[in-house]
Amino acid sequence: MKALILVGGFGTRLRPLTLTLPKPLVEFANKPMILHQVQALAAAGVTDIVLAVNYRPEIMTEALKKYEEEYNVRIEFSVETEPLGTAGPLKLAEKILGKDDTPFFVLNSDVICDYPFKQLAEFHRQHGDEGTIVVTKVEEPSKYGVVVHKPSHPSRIDRFVEKPIEFVGNRINAGIYILNPSVLNRIELRPTSIEQETFPAICNDGQLHSFDLDGFWMDVGQPKDFLSGTCLYLSSLTKKGSKLLTPTSQPFVHGGNVLIDPSAKIGKNCRIGPNVTIGPNVVVGDGVRLQRCVLLHNSRVKDHAWIKSTIVGWNSTVGKWARLENVTVLGDDVSIGDEVYVNGGSVLPHKSIKQNVDVPSIIM
Amino acid sequence: MSLQVPFRNKGGQSQTTKAVILVGGPSRGTRFRPLSLDVPKPLFDVAGHPIIEHCFRAITKVPEIKEVFIVGYYDESVFRDFIRDCAKAYPDITIRYLREYQALGTAGGLYHFRDAILKGRLDRFFVLNADVCCSFPLNEMLKLFEEKHAEAVILGTRVSNEAATNFGCIVSDAHTKRVLHYVEKPESHISNLINCGVYLFSTECIFPSIKSAMKRRTERPRLFSYPSSENLESSYMEAQEDEDGEKTEVIRLEQDILSDLADSRQFFVLETKDFWRQIKTAGSAVPANALYLMKAFQSQSEELAAPSANIIPPVFIHPTAKVDPTAKLGPNVSVGPNAHVGAGVRIKEAIVLDGAEIKHDACVLYSIVGWNSRVGAWARVEGTPTPVTSHNTSIVKNGVKVQSITILSKECAVADEVRVQNCVCLPYKELKRVRFDDFK
Repeated sequence: MKALILVGGFGTRLRPLTLTLPKPLVEFANKPMILHQVQALAAAGVTDIVLAVNYRPEIMTEALKKYEEEYNVRIEFSVETEPLGTAGPLKLAEKILGKDDTPFFVLNSDVICDYPFKQLAEFHRQHGDEGTIVVTKVEEPSKYGVVVHKPSHPSRIDRFVEKPIEFVGNRINAGIYILNPSVLNRIELRPTSIEQETFPAICNDGQLHSFDLDGFWMDVGQPKDFLSGTCLYLSSLTKKGSKLLTPTSQPFVHGGNVLIDPSAKIGKNCRIGPNVTIGPNVVVGDGVRLQRCVLLHNSRVKDHAWIKSTIVGWNSTVGKWARLENVTVLGDDVSIGDEVYVNGGSVLPHKSIKQNVDVPSIIM
Repeated sequence: MSLQVPFRNKGGQSQTTKAVILVGGPSRGTRFRPLSLDVPKPLFDVAGHPIIEHCFRAITKVPEIKEVFIVGYYDESVFRDFIRDCAKAYPDITIRYLREYQALGTAGGLYHFRDAILKGRLDRFFVLNADVCCSFPLNEMLKLFEEKHAEAVILGTRVSNEAATNFGCIVSDAHTKRVLHYVEKPESHISNLINCGVYLFSTECIFPSIKSAMKRRTERPRLFSYPSSENLESSYMEAQEDEDGEKTEVIRLEQDILSDLADSRQFFVLETKDFWRQIKTAGSAVPANALYLMKAFQSQSEELAAPSANIIPPVFIHPTAKVDPTAKLGPNVSVGPNAHVGAGVRIKEAIVLDGAEIKHDACVLYSIVGWNSRVGAWARVEGTPTPVTSHNTSIVKNGVKVQSITILSKECAVADEVRVQNCVCLPYKELKRVRFDDFK
């Protein structure tokens, strides 16, 4: 089987992390985002993966070469010379996606969930129509594009309503699809949107179905959602009884949902959790309090610091008695001084912060 | 009432000197609330000792002073313990509290108690306002007094031009040190040399001056400042009637006396280059604490905690306080009796009062933690540093004036992990959520 992952641009929404690493390589729950997807696709029997990007950094080519060998898949870059929207990249990769008549997966690289590729493929085969889009239930559908089904059919989509004012449904497009190669004929090679142009057209022909996603779903394209997505992902690991999580029998684990790389060092009298991921070679000092936060590899949190709702970037240092909160994001190699308070700071790489950041701001 | 003016000895033979500490009363110093709700301001501990004790100790450094008066209108009982302790520590100095039954003003109070003060042969006496924090260079003032054959010496200090108009301003002759002009809180810039609230007066100068000021009040229209369209109403002094129906008035040194002395007397200024701060607002106790601790450190006081990896001097820890060895304190921290500081706590630029408890890993910066208050684990109680040259304890944040120092009054509680910033908490308040820029 085949798949296309829509990566797109520079991931500006996830800055300052994406100033250092392309978004697909930023670790989500201690694993590059793209690897979550590659693993799930490989497990579902996908052998050809196309990455639709509009730039190709060397570091990404290297990383993906490693995955090719490890997961026995072919990964190909499809580089747009100009941004082609969400549908154009499919046409650009027509050679691969359309090489046989088996359907192919399309997924948005920012989406984190329990990827249901096997069940999706099976469901798609059963209804036999051109396309299936994964939908997820949301509490506030008025913020999204909502899927409305045909009155007489449980899965056949009738239409899409963008940001509905009145309630028409609570299922939204989750950014994961399976499509027959015939869909490629509907797309022209120009900047075009799969949501706005391609799907309505398939819909009109009664050829588009929805597939309900079980469990969590999150677009983790920006720091606030990256943190929320981490909570959802860790909760789902807990629910599954995953061995990856640090056991709650550890004295420092507080409230569960804690994922710590075995190479990380944790000091005495810490209270960690809930919803914390700690990457490789991280050093956490004594008396540190961590909750709802992500510590990326080689970062260091000194004694008695307090961190909440924060992403600590690679190789960064957080000083003693420092306090970080309210969606603070530290880029690569940032240093936060002892006793400094940062409220919602977005700190660019290699900065050294010695004074309080009292109001949310970008520190260049 | 006749005024007994003793013979003034100009022959350089030994002269008698006493000292008066002006403490005011409970209706004064309201800006020191909420801390003064529980303890009278002069007895509030900075650098491990009551504010007034710092004045008293400076007085004891003048060998010839054997008699000290505390003048104010607090209840008699307020200073009883303090006086008892001082008498024990300095047996050759008598110390007495003279209680005004109504506020007579700084000069009015001195005049009222003139018989008590003058008792015996008295040539001159110091007057110290209890609400200033400085090194009190009394011996230097005495030296200048004698060199110049002065009738009055005032302690002055330089402040920024912007700050000067909040104080009494002194114009002096740079060469002779003679005071030429004195104005209390002028509207326009006059000088940046200001009144420190510490004086040395000859008895034969000050009492007649106060008397003539009182006489002027009764004879002339009661103007205490030159009337302008802005202050016409307030420029007329209101007379108060006492129990005997006799009219008495509030006479203040600063407003009513010093300006006249500059005109007609041998009035000199000693300009101190040392530290000086007013202790007006509750928050000003933090810089005062820092300055007195620094002074103690420079004089190698044995009271202070020994510097170590976790003690950044100067730090004062009361012998009955319990401080975990992993807590890091200083600089400029005082920890009061029976206070409890847990493991991994950080305290900097702060006063922790009697019986307060600070739990593990908490952080207290630029703050006062009140009597028996509790700060939870990983909590952060934080004020904002102000420049050392500033005489102001408020800052402007988001266009709003807030207190730079965070103050927890008596028996306040900050829950675990809660952060409190630029907040003044009244007694018994429990803070369970994040607070900042607030008055609770």
